[in-house]
Amino acid sequence: MNIDSIRNGIVIDHISAGSGMKLYDLLGLDRLDVSVAIIKNVVSGKMGKKDIIKVDADIPVNLDVIGYVDPGATVNVIRDGRLIEKKTIGMPARLTNVIRCKNPRCITSCEQELAQVFLLTDAEKKEYRCMYCETKASVL
Amino acid sequence: MRSLIDITDLSPAELDGLMDTALDIIANGKQYSDMCRGKKLATLFFEPSTRTRLSFEAAMYELGGNVLSVTDAASSSAAKGESVSDTVKVVSCYADIIAMRHPKEGAALVAANSASVPVINAGDGGHCHPTQTLADLLTIRREKGSLNNLTVGLCGDLKFGRTVHSLIAALSRYEGLKFVLISPEELKVPSYVKNDALKKRNIPYTQTTDLASALPELDILYMTRVQRERFFNEEDYLRLKDSYILTPEKLKAAKEDLCVMHPLPRVNEISVAVDNDPRACYFKQALNGKYMRMALILKLLKEAGTL
Repeated sequence: MNIDSIRNGIVIDHISAGSGMKLYDLLGLDRLDVSVAIIKNVVSGKMGKKDIIKVDADIPVNLDVIGYVDPGATVNVIRDGRLIEKKTIGMPARLTNVIRCKNPRCITSCEQELAQVFLLTDAEKKEYRCMYCETKASVL
Repeated sequence: MRSLIDITDLSPAELDGLMDTALDIIANGKQYSDMCRGKKLATLFFEPSTRTRLSFEAAMYELGGNVLSVTDAASSSAAKGESVSDTVKVVSCYADIIAMRHPKEGAALVAANSASVPVINAGDGGHCHPTQTLADLLTIRREKGSLNNLTVGLCGDLKFGRTVHSLIAALSRYEGLKFVLISPEELKVPSYVKNDALKKRNIPYTQTTDLASALPELDILYMTRVQRERFFNEEDYLRLKDSYILTPEKLKAAKEDLCVMHPLPRVNEISVAVDNDPRACYFKQALNGKYMRMALILKLLKEAGTL
């Protein structure tokens, strides 16, 4: 299957197979009025299978979201058909307004204007906790 | 601005310093009776509490300061929908330090991030209650002479019991401790508390549902109440509320120098007949709490440059 190369835009590569749609949702790519391609289960020498997202516009993407969903993913920035930047992500230490705390006893459950902040508490287990009540984020 | 939200905000050296100050207050109370003259403590209690609020207020009065008090959320601006953040910004204009209790977890952090004066967390839902832990630590130090080399039994509601979580976190930084966690299956210590405080530091602990079998090895027995307000389901509360009741009969198997503690209020988890046993330390704990709150108020006001 072929997807045309993009001239100006971004390619999120090396996404773990199956995580592409989660990223699509969390990055809010459904709200864009440009071509977006999600390519699932691409054969990869290194990963076996991977997902790729191509966005046909040079938009800012929230790297924290990508790092949270898949810290191994890379973001390639394409200008005039050429790769001008390749960003590796890693797990962000702090996530702001990416996920919501589900603890009904948390202060964020009643004060809606508060930022939803999660802190990385255990990188090995990929564990984030609400900054306010310390409830663990649900697994994606 | 330095606040106290979680007991681990204080280093072990700072905890020791607060206990030293508290012991000095006990020994030389008069020297402290005017230290906070002209200063005001605001006690914002958005959840019912008698002893914690009174303890804070007594602490401030004994330091020569004054108290502004909100005791009933129903009569406060919170009932009109004002945020915690806005409330403490306003109260910061009137008071030099705030002690706040709120039913929502994390409310104290929100307050500390917005206030321009130090905020002391006087309990945020089932999350933290650091000044109770200060009372607990001073009690153990006074009764046992040290916070090291002890077998500590925690009994009752170890899931929602915020005092238990804070105490485990604080004690885990001392040497030679062993924990025995005694609770019904449904009210066990949450795994994140065990992971963060015990497993990461290789601190030995056992979990059991049987108080009687655990009792003989304990140096400290920390009893807790099953709290009705933490349950969404009344049936669960009724089923679990009488899981453990400490009686003089059960205490016969315990060490002679056991220290029985309870954050209070008790309902029926410690029989009144135990009160006359010299091992009962829970009323001393309440007194120790006042001294530690005095020490804390002094420390935070000094660090804020107010004193």
